[in-house]
Amino acid sequence: MNTHLWLIPLLPLAGFILNGILGGALIRRTQGPGKAIVATLAIGTVVASLILALVAYTSSLHAPEHRLETEAISWISVGTFNVPFSLVLDPLSGLMALVVAGIGSLIHLYSVGYMWKEEGFARYFAYLNLFVFFMLTLVLGGSLPLLFVGWEGVGLCSYLLIGYDFETESAPAAGLKAFLANRVGDLGMVLGMLTLFACFGTLTIADILKDVAHLSPELGFGILTFATLMLFVGATGKSAQLPLYVWLPDAMAGPTPVSALIHAATMVTAGIVLVCRLAPLFTLTPITLTVIAWVGGATALFAATIGLLQRDIKKVLAYSTVSQLGYMFMGLGAGGFAAGFFHLFTHAWFKALLFLGAGSVIMAMHHEQDLFKMGGLRSKLPITFWTMAIATLCIIGFPGTSGFASKDEILYLAFQKSPWLWAIGVAGACCTAFYMLRLMTLAFLGEPRDAHAFEHVHESPVTMTLPLIVLGLGALLAVALGWPTAFGGNFRVEAILEPSIRFGQTAQALHTETHGANPVLLATVSTVLGLAFALFGYLSYRDGLGAAEALTQRFPALHRLLFNKYWVDEGIEFLVLAPTRWLANLLWKLFDVILIDGVGINAPGALTMVTGDFTALLQTGRVRNYILGMALGALALLVIFLR
Amino acid sequence: MPEILTGNLAGYILVALLLFVIGLGTVLTRRSLIIQFMGVELMLNAANVALLAFGRFRQQAAEATTFYLFILAVAACEAAVGLALVVALFRLRGTTDSDRADSMRQ
Repeated sequence: MNTHLWLIPLLPLAGFILNGILGGALIRRTQGPGKAIVATLAIGTVVASLILALVAYTSSLHAPEHRLETEAISWISVGTFNVPFSLVLDPLSGLMALVVAGIGSLIHLYSVGYMWKEEGFARYFAYLNLFVFFMLTLVLGGSLPLLFVGWEGVGLCSYLLIGYDFETESAPAAGLKAFLANRVGDLGMVLGMLTLFACFGTLTIADILKDVAHLSPELGFGILTFATLMLFVGATGKSAQLPLYVWLPDAMAGPTPVSALIHAATMVTAGIVLVCRLAPLFTLTPITLTVIAWVGGATALFAATIGLLQRDIKKVLAYSTVSQLGYMFMGLGAGGFAAGFFHLFTHAWFKALLFLGAGSVIMAMHHEQDLFKMGGLRSKLPITFWTMAIATLCIIGFPGTSGFASKDEILYLAFQKSPWLWAIGVAGACCTAFYMLRLMTLAFLGEPRDAHAFEHVHESPVTMTLPLIVLGLGALLAVALGWPTAFGGNFRVEAILEPSIRFGQTAQALHTETHGANPVLLATVSTVLGLAFALFGYLSYRDGLGAAEALTQRFPALHRLLFNKYWVDEGIEFLVLAPTRWLANLLWKLFDVILIDGVGINAPGALTMVTGDFTALLQTGRVRNYILGMALGALALLVIFLR
Repeated sequence: MPEILTGNLAGYILVALLLFVIGLGTVLTRRSLIIQFMGVELMLNAANVALLAFGRFRQQAAEATTFYLFILAVAACEAAVGLALVVALFRLRGTTDSDRADSMRQ
């Protein structure tokens, strides 16, 4: 029964195993051809997965409930705790698998050009394939534990790939930070899963969602709210929301294609996928949805303001990703699961494109990431410039682009939730427009600020420009999936995802209250404001850094606040890490050194030695004394037995 | 007959006890191995006296006497071995002081 679904994740795993075991040796033997074989294998497995996913997705459209399921293999079975091992392809997981395999294969292709001269070529592609395997497991997993396996697996790959340059000091540290921040979230995720098991007695997603429909409201709202909140904590870790977002900007220490694939397009959206997967459950818990909406909104604005002043091109995009993920959660929290997922979909295209474009710029500038040292690259990098321009138009929500469609749908839903949430979203969108135009202007327009580096700049090889072009087309065409109804379109993604989001549910209205908003008016306001800020961003940096420095002089406090990223890292260091370290030190010195080592181990030892020394005095070596002992013993026995 | 012997049994046992305690005291208080060895022989013979007294008391004197003769033979061997050990120790240490043969404490 649908056995071919297994192949979708397993093919990249095969690529990982082959490249991981044989790739390194092959490249050492044959250099160039070896690299070509490794790359072909890595790309081939992902493309094969893509084709299989496409076939499976097409056939799922004719299946009952638009759902393909593999046979359930018994995996964990302890008492009443039964977890089957099965994959499910429904519209949500199918679309997500297509995004993962599609953008994944493009980024594999791009990596060939980007990583060609790097050490550890095979290792890189092996990790990348492993990532695709785990991501597909996460997406297709039919039960929460299997999803969690993928969830942890992508975290592992993220850790490995962030720390890819393990000889430097910063990269492994950044990987560790990502890993630890994710652990905090994962604790919530596990608690959420356990709570769900306590409620439903099963962790198979389909069973939970079917049971949710018959759950009496009085019985389970409190516990369900707790469970969903805990799952959301897990999502904030993986999807870099406040307050656990701190790892994502540091994760930029990894190679740029990795940032594009893992830290922009796919892995960080796992939290959104999780919420969408359990949409019927989250629908029942309005408190959680409100929390999600506000956390998402806060993150969207907060990260966007930090992105305003970053000098590192990848850091700007990293904060932009955090901010866009915030929008997705805002949409989910406002009850628009399809809207949130649609933004995930469009964002995957244009943000991957932005990162890959940034990678192209960075490589052209000989690994210079400082925006202030770039400038005037448009003439030298035409393909990179124009494709990135498309992505920029998408992300700032230029009318007619996919970003406009998805972001304004979210903002519209946010307005229905609360006008304040909408205002936060629009403010974030204005910041987005500003920093994106700032990035583009600083990098591509104006005069070159580093003449020496500028001379050696040349456009990237075709393996890198081809993915840029395809992603650019994808970013433009993604809009076809959901042009908002208010603009005479058809928000098709909602209908496509319907079977997943309403799984096992009777039809019910999601949005009961409206504030009578006019979607066209709202979109016009946000778009005009956004474009105004985009123009502001362009004008501020058009003539080099002068205008920006003047602004800095006028608002020094604000500049310091933003430039230092609100001192969040320092705050965490001071409030969380330092006390933890202090406590650990205390426990080490008090508990370990004194209690365990001292009282527990050395004290009995010393006692034994003293006792031994004392009783050794009895050992005189004189026969007479021993005989006396024997006689007294015999006497004692006599007394005992004859008494 | 048994009555008389019953009456005397306590006397025999008392003698055996005395012999045993004297032997033990000798072993415990004296340091010369030869003297201590004599103490050991005394204790052994105290046991023999008790054996014979009980043998008579239970009207199995023949068995007891036979057994005693065996013990005597074994005791002779034991005495030979014991004295040989004392001689060996004397050759090794140049003394028969048992307190100086205290290598067991190490």
